[in-house]
Amino acid sequence: MEELLHLKGIVKKFPGVVANDNVDFTLRKGEIHALLGENGAGKTTLMNIVYGLYKPDAGEIYVEGKRVEIRSPRDAIKLGIGMVHQNFKLIPSHTVMENIILGLKDVGFVINRKKVGEEIRKLSEQYGWRIDPYVYVWQLSAGEKQQVELLKILYRKAKILILDEPTSVLTPQECRNLFHALRKMAEEGIGIIFITHKLEEALSISDRITVMRKGKIVATKNAWETSIEELTNYMIGRPVLFKLDKNKTDSSEDFILIRNLKAYGDTGALALKNVNLTIRKNEILGIIGVTGNGQQELAEVLAGLRKAIDGQVLIDGMNILNYSPLKLIELGVAYIPPEPIKYGIAPNLTIRDNLFLKAYRYKPYSSRIFINLREVEKKAEEIIRRFNVVCPNTSIKARSLSGGNIQRLILARELSELINGWKPRFIIAAYPTKGLDISAAEFVNRTLIDYSKTGSSILYITEDIEEAMMVCDRIAVMYDGRIMGVFKPGEVSIEKIGLMMAGAETLTTS
Amino acid sequence: MSIEWIEQVLQLTVQMGTVYLIASLGEIYAERSGVLNLGLEGIMIMGAAISFIFTVAYNHLIAILVAAVVGILMSLILAVMTVHLRLNQVIVGLALTLLGIGLSGVITSPGIREKILLTLNPNLPEKMLTIQQAEKLLEIPIPLLSQIPILGRALFNHNVLVYFSLITAFSMWFILFKTRAGLVIRSVGENPSMADTLGVNVFLVRYITVIISGLFASLAGAYFFIGFHPFWREGVTAGRGFIAIALVILATWNPLRAILGAYLFGGIETLQYRLQLLGLGAQSPYFLAMLPYIITIIALILISTESLRKKIGAPASLGIPYSREE
Repeated sequence: MEELLHLKGIVKKFPGVVANDNVDFTLRKGEIHALLGENGAGKTTLMNIVYGLYKPDAGEIYVEGKRVEIRSPRDAIKLGIGMVHQNFKLIPSHTVMENIILGLKDVGFVINRKKVGEEIRKLSEQYGWRIDPYVYVWQLSAGEKQQVELLKILYRKAKILILDEPTSVLTPQECRNLFHALRKMAEEGIGIIFITHKLEEALSISDRITVMRKGKIVATKNAWETSIEELTNYMIGRPVLFKLDKNKTDSSEDFILIRNLKAYGDTGALALKNVNLTIRKNEILGIIGVTGNGQQELAEVLAGLRKAIDGQVLIDGMNILNYSPLKLIELGVAYIPPEPIKYGIAPNLTIRDNLFLKAYRYKPYSSRIFINLREVEKKAEEIIRRFNVVCPNTSIKARSLSGGNIQRLILARELSELINGWKPRFIIAAYPTKGLDISAAEFVNRTLIDYSKTGSSILYITEDIEEAMMVCDRIAVMYDGRIMGVFKPGEVSIEKIGLMMAGAETLTTS
Repeated sequence: MSIEWIEQVLQLTVQMGTVYLIASLGEIYAERSGVLNLGLEGIMIMGAAISFIFTVAYNHLIAILVAAVVGILMSLILAVMTVHLRLNQVIVGLALTLLGIGLSGVITSPGIREKILLTLNPNLPEKMLTIQQAEKLLEIPIPLLSQIPILGRALFNHNVLVYFSLITAFSMWFILFKTRAGLVIRSVGENPSMADTLGVNVFLVRYITVIISGLFASLAGAYFFIGFHPFWREGVTAGRGFIAIALVILATWNPLRAILGAYLFGGIETLQYRLQLLGLGAQSPYFLAMLPYIITIIALILISTESLRKKIGAPASLGIPYSREE
């Protein structure tokens, strides 16, 4: 088969890390080639090099057998390379057409809207999509936005298509549509590189799978001759247990009641329209849904960071709605925020300071005015060890930790009994494993399950359905600021969950 | 209040408003591409000072051309600092304003101005060396149209720069919203990294729009001095550059709406003087005088607040420097 793209000995170093270490990679005409690896394995870096966003330190790139230099996306586009980035690169306040034709020369200086619009409409119909070129991008769903991203590339007649984690924002149905369209593109001769960290996805969509670990290519396999077990081994260097030991007694005692909760989002629109939920004692209640349907706002309201305009939140019968974060902490509410580096730590403070951000207020760590450094030091060492934070000592800046260690540090701060007699009664975990490597994610989930066994109620927000099934006792689906239904893992089919996530179906039982 | 009086007020409204219009047109382009040029006031007053000196030394045409070049050079400072070196746009802009105000004062101070004028034109008569005013641009009434009662005088009896500003406003609107170049500018201001991935040279686009803003700011200053108020004193533009920035916000970054806003501000300022002459509002002349500045402060507060910015449709990456590796 004809080789579309050939990378030879690509090296890219960032300060302190080798992101790509002598990488070889080939893409054939008409194949879907999954690039599999954990976060930080160097997949995106490699593809950014192909797309001209990064300059490699060494190595050669061949497109259709010819040696090329790709210095900028402009060069890449000229060579027929297109890339859909993980975060959509679209302008919400512009129309679909304006997003697609940006940077193109042959649309006329005064843009020929009629002709171009018709072309876009035809192209979109070719793949079974219904995209109106004249609507604004903010009016589209996540799935449709992705179609616009693909149209951007198809309209430029690309031969090589790179997709970076394309399914992370899609419902199961939207995923299936995407796979269907990608198959069609491959049949037309386009070569597709599909970056993912999800094993099942790589197996189900691709012809070949290349696994990366720590910047190196570990293996390239035909999809039909490999297995989940083998791929996992390549990916993290050891087999992983896919079963977490939940093994605990079901509790039927309702502990947290959320009633008719309403709150505004950042843009001033109602983000929580009417949320009703019950979380039992010793229970992990999962919240799944496409990102941006109110999950974040719900977590913030519960943590006291966002004012609700109506409703009730009862902990053990006490209404804590719109209490200040400090009061909530004292009542035993712990909050594990999303995007740990942005919301979870003060990056330039030491690990110790980050650990005691909450506990500094209390004895024995401080008198009224002064901090008792000796106590702090002693306790910090102990806690750091217990939560497996890997660091030379506790006086280094938190920013120098890896993503997994930062999350461990946050867990240590939020969950451990730093304050005398304090226990987390209600843990709000917002996307606690997002962006973590498998072993760190495992640690986070195990820790949360352990806490649920010893009496904590946990709200577990995630966009990964598989993970929710594994970790949670019950799962609620959130769509457009409402709960579409609550069920136990295994009670409801994936198809039905997908429909609930898209707002097409509700569940009244359970 | 006679017809004559109304005609006069309308004509002055347009003439005054043109200062704001020219300056805000350039600023609209800069902000649409994501760069806030807060140096407008400094560039404007330099445009005024340059046009003063060169009109005295040579003539209007040379004055306008030199002012244009100076405006471009000054905005290049802003472009290098904010686009290339990615410094804070507010701070660099304010520094540029201070630079312009100071420099314009230096080159027009009596001793230095005399030396500059003599270097430029050794044959200049002595009394021209100390003169505090310059010849005003001639008004060119448009035949027939300027005879229309009331509106004729308001719209068709002006100097060349007023006509230029109106034609430019319309063409700049057309370019911004109907052409490929406009789409590129707007996209760079909304999401530079997206534009970059589609092969648009973000830095080049921002350089060009910043230069446009500097060019227009300086022209606005030149117009203000030789086309409207040819009497020099230090700080003659009196914060009008900032008013133009506020106008950009009120016009929601749209050149056509900027015309209306400019004439609104122009009208307020004109009325303030005219009503005083009539004895009206004599008790509180300061109220109308401060109105544009109050609106300016409110508008500047509006764009500083994240959520409000979104609501009024500010370019999403306004004020944020772009770099590919982050």
